[in-house]
Amino acid sequence: MTNSISEFETADTVFIIGSNTTEAHPIIGLKLRRAALFHGAKIIVADPRRIDITQVAKLHLRQRSGTDVALINAMMNVILAEGLEDKNFIAERTEGLEDALPAIKEMTPERAEKITGVPAENIRQAGRMFAQADRASIVYAMGITQHSHGTDNVKALCNLAMLTGNLGKEGAGVNPLRGQNNVQGACDMGGLPNVLPGYKPVTDEAARKVFEEAWGVKLPEKPGLTMIEMLNAAEKGEIKALFIMGENPALSDPNLNHTRHALDQCEFLVVQDIFLTETAQFADVVLPGASFAEKDGTFTNTERRVGRVRQALTLPGQARQDWQIIQDLSNRMGYAMKYDSPRQILEEINQLVPQYAGITWYRIEKKGIQWPCPDTSHPGTKFLHQDKFTRGKGKFHPTPFIESAELPDKKYPLLLTTGRQLYHFHTSTMTGRVEGLEELCPGGSVEINPEDAAGLEIMDGEKVEVASRRGKVEAIALVTEKVPKGTIFMPFHFAAAPANMLTNDALDPTAKIPELKVCAAAVRKVA
Amino acid sequence: MEEIKFTIDGQEVTAKPGQSVLEATLAAGIYIPNLCYDPKLEPYGGCRLCVVEIEGMRGLPTACTTKVTPGMKVRSETPEVHQVRKITMELLVADHPLECLTCSLNQRCDLQKAAAFLGVDQSRLRRSERALANDESNPFFVRDFKKCILCARCVRVCSEVRGLGAIDMAKRGYEAFISPFAGLPIADSICESCGECVDHCPTGALYVRGEAILPGKEVKTICPYCGVGCQMVLGIRQNRIVKVLGDLTYPVNSGSLCVKGRFGLDFASSEDRLKTPLIKKNGQLVEATWDEALDLVASRFKEIKKKHGGQAIAGLCSAKATNEENYLFQKFIRAGAGSPHIDHCARL
Repeated sequence: MTNSISEFETADTVFIIGSNTTEAHPIIGLKLRRAALFHGAKIIVADPRRIDITQVAKLHLRQRSGTDVALINAMMNVILAEGLEDKNFIAERTEGLEDALPAIKEMTPERAEKITGVPAENIRQAGRMFAQADRASIVYAMGITQHSHGTDNVKALCNLAMLTGNLGKEGAGVNPLRGQNNVQGACDMGGLPNVLPGYKPVTDEAARKVFEEAWGVKLPEKPGLTMIEMLNAAEKGEIKALFIMGENPALSDPNLNHTRHALDQCEFLVVQDIFLTETAQFADVVLPGASFAEKDGTFTNTERRVGRVRQALTLPGQARQDWQIIQDLSNRMGYAMKYDSPRQILEEINQLVPQYAGITWYRIEKKGIQWPCPDTSHPGTKFLHQDKFTRGKGKFHPTPFIESAELPDKKYPLLLTTGRQLYHFHTSTMTGRVEGLEELCPGGSVEINPEDAAGLEIMDGEKVEVASRRGKVEAIALVTEKVPKGTIFMPFHFAAAPANMLTNDALDPTAKIPELKVCAAAVRKVA
Repeated sequence: MEEIKFTIDGQEVTAKPGQSVLEATLAAGIYIPNLCYDPKLEPYGGCRLCVVEIEGMRGLPTACTTKVTPGMKVRSETPEVHQVRKITMELLVADHPLECLTCSLNQRCDLQKAAAFLGVDQSRLRRSERALANDESNPFFVRDFKKCILCARCVRVCSEVRGLGAIDMAKRGYEAFISPFAGLPIADSICESCGECVDHCPTGALYVRGEAILPGKEVKTICPYCGVGCQMVLGIRQNRIVKVLGDLTYPVNSGSLCVKGRFGLDFASSEDRLKTPLIKKNGQLVEATWDEALDLVASRFKEIKKKHGGQAIAGLCSAKATNEENYLFQKFIRAGAGSPHIDHCARL
């Protein structure tokens, strides 16, 4: 997030797109609800589903899944046509608007209505409501990124924020909500194939040198493979050994038949986890690690706040601290590691990651600190890009509208989209082991619009088969107007009805994120 | 900000601007009995226990709804104040079950504390009991209507803090009770099972199932679920999480949690936890020692690295692991295994 969670209550307008906030990020969801109810914030929700947060929204735009760029471009079209853009901000803080203009100019609200299904007048209202606010904030999540054109979706949102001068000030910003407790931290720490800790590109020789000196080795000069690419390479035999710590691709990745075949084909698979997950069952060696409640360390949340994790329970059986397992393994491989505690590892991070330089063990004892924090006297950073952007001027990128990789057709006439539910989390490795959550939400359902259900002679609560080009699963039909006609929705939490058997593994060419939010599917009643 | 001076029973106390008489007095370490007051909520003036005398004001105003003004003279311990408070308390106790010893809020109950402070030992009023059956529809918490004192803290938390309003006061007078829309069981309402109402109930009217056991120690940590990163206080007893509360002082969540954070952490003590390393032999994963498992991994990695180079090894670190663990893992893959292939589930 460019801005902080507490700032939502000071925003005048919040544009929520591709985020089912109250279910996937409940505490941010409640802040947004309060912003609307008690602080007069105008909420615009763009989501094909009638999600809970729409109840407090001024406007609900039900765009067809995968058409976000058309919608956002059309909002910018309105803003420019009506002269509502922030001319000072554009002139002083940005560059490249002229390159982005053609895609915006051609996307009139009327044209966008044909593509997105959202009435042109509502697009106009949304554009005005966003541009006329003093502080307008954008909130998005995987509904924006998990597309074969996810990067374009994000760029279009950044264009919208820059066009209206909504960056570098309180209560505004572009705010992606991170889905896992420490996905921000895993990225910050260089758990990505193209960057070293602190987002230093692996291709940057000077940056590499810093780490080569600290670590005493020569480092690879080219970016590595991303997760989906790794699994493809393992299937082809190019990757021989795969070491997976605390991830469950055998349920979370798209096109599961393919993923599971790749895991099966991998010559040597090591999984370090707290449960025998779907992925661990494929492993050659399984190493028992520690749960969150059994470890000391730090997590970094979606607003870049680094907070302390403290050990509350002792480890079960012979399970070990994850850092000790890695260290022990590294020493046996001949690369020496001699840390005596997580605190000592954080001290090395303080030395090598400039954003974390001032985020030391004892400073974050009570309230945590938001990076960037360049030294131990710095209080941390509430919102980014105050006076300038990381690259200097903010750059507008052209974002022409592109359709999703696979659209409904005769054989697979429905559009399948996936997401999370309040009572479960990701692959339900954790929540599936809590009886009460299972009782409140037993799972394995597919939402279908009453008109579609009537056409297929499906009643609420009946068992159906959902199929795509990649597989089929059985689920219980939940007939509801929450989903629009032509769209079905499945949560991806459940091993018994794994939605990812169906999803498409088409990738965004830049971010290599799979298109989990749009694929073509068919539903039929199971006799 | 300027401090405001006022007196309570002749003692000089300072208040911050905007503070109520009750807030300033409690902050000064002087107890005024209260039940419906809650620092997180708007003043309500419902329970009438915090009535005081204020020079120049008529009647007995409630301390929670009266803002401090400079030089204000407040009296909390006069015979008249005491008599009114005591009658109010006697009325509350008259239909409150006297089963304190077996109540899950025993010794932590605000009603018990206030009754003791007022010296209510024997009720002069005829005892009665409210006939509503418990709402046991939610798997995590129970509403015992008999212990409800109608302070509406649960109702106000749900609407003021959560912005939801799943419950409200139904009916009037003696028949009043807290209810979801249309008198449905709570499990069939829009309730999101966050449990924040339970945290704010001053009596045992809302309680978490199985939480009668008090924790032996408390540990602050961060929730393992989504990226919001709420701080929580874990109550631990016999190496198990027996109670979870949101940390009121943490800027991210100010005491709030969702259903998963509040009630969904018992997986840590699940019987299914992996307790030993496992090695696949003849297609079956069988138990192994750490030396066997780590030697096998190290030798296979070394062998593959020697034969095919480091780039034949790939690693996935974890959005669930700490910064320190992720840092070490990527260091191991890049520097130890010599591979560029490191990623995690950021895209999923």
